[in-house]
Amino acid sequence: MKGDFLTIGGIQLKSRLIVGTGKYKDFEQTRRAIEASGADMVTVAVRRVNIIDRNKENLLDYIDPKKYKILPNTAGCYTADEAVRTARLAQAAGITNLVKLEVIGDQKTLFPDTAGLIEAAKILVKEGFIVLPYTNDDPIVAKRLEDVGCACVMPLAAPIGSGLGIRNPYNIQIIRETVKVPVIVDAGVGTASDAAIAMEMGCDGVLMNTGIAGAQDPIAMAEAMKYAVWAGRLAYKAGRIPKKLYANASSPVEGMIE
Amino acid sequence: MIRLVVNGESREVEKDTTVAALLEELGSPPERAAIELNLQIIDKKEYTRTVLKDGDRLEIISFVGGG
Repeated sequence: MKGDFLTIGGIQLKSRLIVGTGKYKDFEQTRRAIEASGADMVTVAVRRVNIIDRNKENLLDYIDPKKYKILPNTAGCYTADEAVRTARLAQAAGITNLVKLEVIGDQKTLFPDTAGLIEAAKILVKEGFIVLPYTNDDPIVAKRLEDVGCACVMPLAAPIGSGLGIRNPYNIQIIRETVKVPVIVDAGVGTASDAAIAMEMGCDGVLMNTGIAGAQDPIAMAEAMKYAVWAGRLAYKAGRIPKKLYANASSPVEGMIE
Repeated sequence: MIRLVVNGESREVEKDTTVAALLEELGSPPERAAIELNLQIIDKKEYTRTVLKDGDRLEIISFVGGG
């Protein structure tokens, strides 16, 4: 789809699929899956450098920051303070001022702590970060995040890594109608149709990691997701037919032989 | 020698070691790492000028795979 860009915080993306880099077998598989997905924005995590194993390869040797927009996350942070600290460190690494902001509320569900999320977003926006918040499928919270200056909102489809697909399509639809910033469905996508549904509903993009990395063949699934996002986007723009209870013949009713 | 805590691990280095020298010793590429010294982020331009003191706590981070 030429010219149909996704713009987040002034950054133009050709692909509406954003992918993670976690859980792959190795860096080579990560590189190949990302290439197959067609994504031009990829998420990474911020972690301590391994100071014992000095010759460890770096992810960014495989994912070239000149080719891909690197989106560092604050995964694993349970307070606004931790998330802000992590975001600042990510920025200090010197390749981006983007942050996928996560403030996690609970280890079992990994649902966001939305109060902490809004608090952290407020601070980071003021500091000049482009904030992409991972949030709940709550339209009110989405509005608050937009109000504090987030570049988009990223409601979950279902719990991270669950593969359950969109659990509350009505809320996602309300979020889409409530905010003006892009809506990216993030987390819980299990297979291609889940991504297509998100796009058919008018969401602006989909972010996923486990759905691809955890598949039997991650490279093939990455490609499937690319087409699913395209198909869903095209269908949304094409405008679907209304749903009806009864049949409506496709062939003419006139001119039947008698 | 002075004692530092680097990424949670105790470590001894020569007196007057700079952040840049420590990074070189650890072998992590400075252009892709970020450093916090006693909870303050150190600007890359300051690596060669920042001299470490006994008891300093450093966090050296980089990017890894994540979602």
